[in-house]
Amino acid sequence: MPEIPLLDLLPSGLQTLTLILLKIIAIVTPLLLCVAYLTYAERRVIGFMQVRMGPNRVGPIGLLQPIADAVKLAFKEIIIPAGANRFLFILAPIVSLATALSAWAVVPFGAGRVLADLNAGLLYILAMTSMGIYGVIIAGWASNSKYALLGAMRSAAQMVSYEIAMGFALVGVLMAAGSLNLGEIVNAQAGGFGHWFVWPLLPLFVVYFISGVAETNRAPFDVSEGESEIVAGFHVEYSGMSFSVFFMAEYANMILISVLSSVMFLGGWLSPFEGMASAETLASPLGSLLDSGFHWFVFKVALFLFFYLWFRATFPRYRYDQIMRLGWKVFIPVTLVWILVIGVAIAAGIGPWFD
Amino acid sequence: MVEQLVFYALSGILVFAGSMVVTVRNPIHAALFLVLAFFTTAGIWLLLDAEFLAMTLVLVYVGAVMVLFLFIIMMLDINLVVLREGFSRYLPVGILIAVLLGLEIVMVLGPSQFGLDIVPAPAHHGPAYSNIEELGGVLYTVYVYPFEIAAVILLVAIVAAIALSLSGRVKKRRGQRPEEQVVVNPRERVRLVKMAAERPDSETP
Repeated sequence: MPEIPLLDLLPSGLQTLTLILLKIIAIVTPLLLCVAYLTYAERRVIGFMQVRMGPNRVGPIGLLQPIADAVKLAFKEIIIPAGANRFLFILAPIVSLATALSAWAVVPFGAGRVLADLNAGLLYILAMTSMGIYGVIIAGWASNSKYALLGAMRSAAQMVSYEIAMGFALVGVLMAAGSLNLGEIVNAQAGGFGHWFVWPLLPLFVVYFISGVAETNRAPFDVSEGESEIVAGFHVEYSGMSFSVFFMAEYANMILISVLSSVMFLGGWLSPFEGMASAETLASPLGSLLDSGFHWFVFKVALFLFFYLWFRATFPRYRYDQIMRLGWKVFIPVTLVWILVIGVAIAAGIGPWFD
Repeated sequence: MVEQLVFYALSGILVFAGSMVVTVRNPIHAALFLVLAFFTTAGIWLLLDAEFLAMTLVLVYVGAVMVLFLFIIMMLDINLVVLREGFSRYLPVGILIAVLLGLEIVMVLGPSQFGLDIVPAPAHHGPAYSNIEELGGVLYTVYVYPFEIAAVILLVAIVAAIALSLSGRVKKRRGQRPEEQVVVNPRERVRLVKMAAERPDSETP
C-alpha cells in the first residue's frame, strides 16, 4: 500500500474506499486529458495529411485549442427537443460515458498496476463495451427525430455484428494465453517481440483492430453519424455539454481499443528488446529506455491511435450493406478458421508461443 | 454487513424493475426495465462469486439479445389502442391464469422450499479461485453430451432461420458480388477507339 499522508486518520473501511477513489481519479483524470488532446492530435494529424495547418491559433501551436473547445461547449445551452423523452434524453450520454469509463477498471498499466485484478477481466471489458450501445440506442429513440432513430438503428445493428467477430478474436487470445486476466495475458508474451501474440494470431489481430474501429463508430465505419446522409445520426438533437459527453465516450473508447490491442497482441508494457540488451546497457540512463515499462505501453497505444486517425483521413465511408458483409461473411469465418488453427498449434506445442 | 446491504439494494431494484416490465405502458420503457433487471441480476450473481455467469449474462442478454429486442420494438408500429381491444372481455380468463400461475410459483418457490437449512449458503472462495476453470471442467467432462447436443440444436436453429429468410429469393439475388468485381478485367469493360481529331478541310460544308 503506498504511503498517503493523513490516510491513517480515517477508519479502516473508509481507508480502502478512499484508496480506491484516489486510484480511480488517478486513472480517469489523465484519461480525460488524453481524450481532450486526442481531439487536438486528430485535427492536426488529419490537417497535415490533407496539406493544411489544423488548429494553430489558441496558445502555442494551438495547444490550448481543446481547453477552448471544452469551455465553449460547457457554456452552451442544452436544448431538449419538444416531444423528446426528457429522462432518457439526459440518461443516454451518461450511459455512454459511464460504460466507456468503467471498462478501464481492469486495464493493466504496468506489472501489477491495475485497479481491479479480475480473473475474468477480458469478459468484463467485453461486457462493459457491449453496454455502450445503449447510449446510442436510447439517444436515438429519446430524441424523437427520424435522423436520430435511423442513426441509432444503423449503429445498433453494426455494433452487434462486429461484437461477434471481436469476441471470437478474444477467444483466440485467451486460448493462446490460457487466461482471461489481462495482466497474465501480457506476462504470457514475455521474452522479446518474437514472443508477442501478434505473430501467431495475426489474422485475429487484424480482425480485432478493424472490428474495434467499427465498434467505436469511427470512420470508415461511421454510418451511425453519416453527416452526408442522416445529418449527424444519433446525436443530431444534442447540444453543448450533452453532445460533448458523447464525444468524450467515443474517444475514451478509441483509447480503450488501442490499449486492448497493445495489451493482447503487442505485449502491453513489455519491451520489444526484452532479453536482448545486457545488464550494463539497461543500467545506463539511455539504455534503461530499452527496459520494459510504462513508456512502451504509451508508445504502442499512441501507434494504434495514429492508425485510427490515419484511417479517418484515408478511407471513404463504407456503404451499409458492405459493412454487414465484411462483418458477417469475412471476419467471422476468418476468426472461426483461425481458432481451429490455434487449437492445432497449441496441441502441437509450436514455439515460442505455445511450448 | 456491507454484502447484505448490497444484496438488498440490488434485490429491491430487481423487484421494482421486474414489476415495471409488466406494468409500464410504453414497450420501449418495458424493454429498458428488463435491461435493468438483467443488470441487477448480474450484480446479485457477482455476490455469489459467480463472476463468469454474471459477465456472460451482461454480455449476452444485455449486450446482444436486448439490443435486438429494442431494435425490433422500435421498428414495429405498435398501436396500443388496438392491443387493448377486448381487454374487459378476456379479463376473467386472464385473472384465472394469473392466479393459477401465482399459486404454482408459490408452491414451487415458496418459503417452504428455501432457507439456509434446506439450501446451505455457498462457500466463499479465495481470490485465486477461477470459476471459469471449474465450469469448463464440469461442462467438458461430466456434461459433455448434453452440452454438445445443445450446441447442435442451436446450430440447426441458426441454419433453419437463415434458410427460412432465404427461401424463394435465392435466384433473384440483387446486391453486390465482390468476387465478380475482383476478377473484372478492364479490357472487357472499355474499348478504346482511335479516330482523327478533326475532319479534312474538303469534307466541311
